[in-house]
Amino acid sequence: MSTAADATRVEEVAGRVVADHDPRRVPVQEFLGACFDAGLSWVHFPEGLGGLGLSRGLQASADAVLQAAGGPTPFWLNPIGYGMAAPTLSEHARSPELARSWLRPLATTEDIWCQLFSEPGAGSDLAGLATSAVRDGDSWVVNGQKVWTSLAHRARWALLLARTDPDQPKHKGLTYFVLDMEAPGVRTRPLRQMTGQAEFNEVFLEDARIPDEHRLGAVGDGWRVAMTTLMNERSAIGAGGTERGSGTIADALALWADRPHRRTPVLRDRLAALWTRAEAQRLTSARARRTATAGSPGPEGSVSKLVAAELNQDVYEFCMDLLGPEGTLYGSYEVRREGGRDADWRGALQQRFLRSRANTIEGGTSEVLRNVLGERVLGLPGDLRADAGKAWKDVPRG
Amino acid sequence: MADIELDTAPAEFDVTVEQQELRAAVQRFCAEQSDGAAVRRHMESDTGFDAAVWSRLGRELGVLGLAVPEELGGAGAGLVEQAIVVEELGAALLCGPVFGTIGLALPALVASSPGPLRDELVPPLVEGARTATLAAPERAGLFDPHAITVGAVHAGDGWELTGVVPQVVDAAGADVLLVAASGPEGIALFAVPGGIEQVEIDPLTTLDLTRRQATVRMREAPARLLAGADEIDAVLGHAFYAGSALLAAEQVGGAQHMLDVTVAYAKERLQFGRPIGSFQAVKHRLADMLVLVEHARSTAQHAAWALQTGSDDPFLATSIAAATCSEAYYRVAADAVQLHGGIGFTWEHEAHLYFKRAVTDAALLGGAEIHRDRIAAAVLDHVRATPGVPPVADGRA
Repeated sequence: MSTAADATRVEEVAGRVVADHDPRRVPVQEFLGACFDAGLSWVHFPEGLGGLGLSRGLQASADAVLQAAGGPTPFWLNPIGYGMAAPTLSEHARSPELARSWLRPLATTEDIWCQLFSEPGAGSDLAGLATSAVRDGDSWVVNGQKVWTSLAHRARWALLLARTDPDQPKHKGLTYFVLDMEAPGVRTRPLRQMTGQAEFNEVFLEDARIPDEHRLGAVGDGWRVAMTTLMNERSAIGAGGTERGSGTIADALALWADRPHRRTPVLRDRLAALWTRAEAQRLTSARARRTATAGSPGPEGSVSKLVAAELNQDVYEFCMDLLGPEGTLYGSYEVRREGGRDADWRGALQQRFLRSRANTIEGGTSEVLRNVLGERVLGLPGDLRADAGKAWKDVPRG
Repeated sequence: MADIELDTAPAEFDVTVEQQELRAAVQRFCAEQSDGAAVRRHMESDTGFDAAVWSRLGRELGVLGLAVPEELGGAGAGLVEQAIVVEELGAALLCGPVFGTIGLALPALVASSPGPLRDELVPPLVEGARTATLAAPERAGLFDPHAITVGAVHAGDGWELTGVVPQVVDAAGADVLLVAASGPEGIALFAVPGGIEQVEIDPLTTLDLTRRQATVRMREAPARLLAGADEIDAVLGHAFYAGSALLAAEQVGGAQHMLDVTVAYAKERLQFGRPIGSFQAVKHRLADMLVLVEHARSTAQHAAWALQTGSDDPFLATSIAAATCSEAYYRVAADAVQLHGGIGFTWEHEAHLYFKRAVTDAALLGGAEIHRDRIAAAVLDHVRATPGVPPVADGRA
């Protein structure tokens, strides 16, 4: 838990960083490097790894000072890196030296990170994945195909989950690695989505080699390590605006204001209902932040993610209905490789609408999240599993 | 919890140790004094509640006047604390004038100008020795002076009221009625004794037997002036805002209870050789109920906090809570009946009592639709076009 003294300390450290490295003048990588060295990248990480060993809640105090001085929001420059790779590396890297050698260039955004989890045959049932890693002396040889990998075409490093023991039940045969995306045998191909863009990639792994030193956690313990990554992913997706009327609902309100001739009483009621739901969600996030303990995000992140995803879709459906015939036009289906700041959801409304269909699929489908809420929060019994206790190699796939 | 290391005043959504103890004390009281069997006994009795239980809530627990200042005999804690109590009374479905006395009459009295009448009326209500309710027309939780049906005339040193007020909650058995009436100097709020011959209280059969209503007929009923024409808007404004916030808290309590009993049932009820909670059709509905309860809790707490601290527009804060909690309690109670299957439709099971309370609560002080309309009027109807409009593709790349 944090104290007022810790908050003051964070603000002082941040004040020194912006005084010595004015973010409006120095290159972004230099500024973010200074933040890392001062322990402001993730204040709850250990000292030397971009943190100060303080409460997670104090990150907001640091970010407030850094951004008021014109600093960037590094999450958007390296989202998988900041949101998912960093917490996993700080907790599970084999040595602090190795963690540091990955984390500093991650923090400066010199090294972009991606995540190689999902496969064509393993979506919601992630633990059933088939990509294999076979030990060969001091290294591992990896073969398989990954999919839905954002930023793979720009990434220097990847978080990889692979099967090291097909004779074990599915969760027990997995191991977690850091893969060099420039290694021989790693091939990336754009995956075009319904918006026309290629925000994601397919990644093909053919005899790609990973030194054993780049394994995170024990052999066979990959599922537990992956949980660190996934819990952080869900809470990052579900975060949302802190000001009333901010976030996706702002799009609907702005459009409503701009198209008075398209208003009807029925649309008015729909928008009022959406606005109220957005407000309930905003207050619930604020309450969760206030009552959360300082540790890692728990299942509560799944509530936020579920609601935010469905609210996004409903908001853009409303926008399309308000647009009427205009909504049936589009900008361009020309393939572009965009992401981060230029992602679909920053494009035209029609593009944001199409993109929102993925919200209830990516980062845990809404169906899986309802299972998580039911089983982990409410304590309901799990569903019957046809693959329970079976060796992975004996489970039917397809 | 965020209660341990606070060296300053609590922030919104903090839960203090005192608040946890208060909640636990009310839960214990309800378990002992108002369990399921007691609720059924009280709801089928003449007055609809047990005056002895009500008086213990006031005298022994001291939880009826938490938002009443100490100089009036209250605890001087605040609406946030009072909301915790009302939430737990709602979870237990305790029969008594929670809405009339705690929700409306006490807030109206607290907001009135100081004076001997107020000093006389408030302490016995806080102690639970007497009960009161408010007979004033409202629309969507806002005082509606155009719907006044009672007239007031001077009579000696005081006043006399004549008229009929329909559907007054908690009027049966009330010792004091706070009545809005139209007089020679405008509309004012008067205090009228309940048990006199000039005041006829006709009990109505209600959908929710745990919350009674009655028609109040006054014929030259003696009355004392509580708030004059210059004051009544502020007094009833506060009463209806506080009533809305407390009603929202009650809805949270009832919804949480319905969720809890349904989760417990889904874990123990076996069909097809397995607990029904292991079926995703059941599990997912329960997950949605959880989200509804969590949203309701956040908006209800925010409404009480906003009224207590002045940190948000009370109009919006109460409407957000009313719209969210009315819908949540109804949906959760309806789903609780559904997930219990046949037993959930029986008289014997408690689900129908909560379902009926949910219906009634959603209609008191305006339902979800009316509050959404209020929200739309505040947020949407006068919004101006700003430069922040997201781009709209026009078919020309």
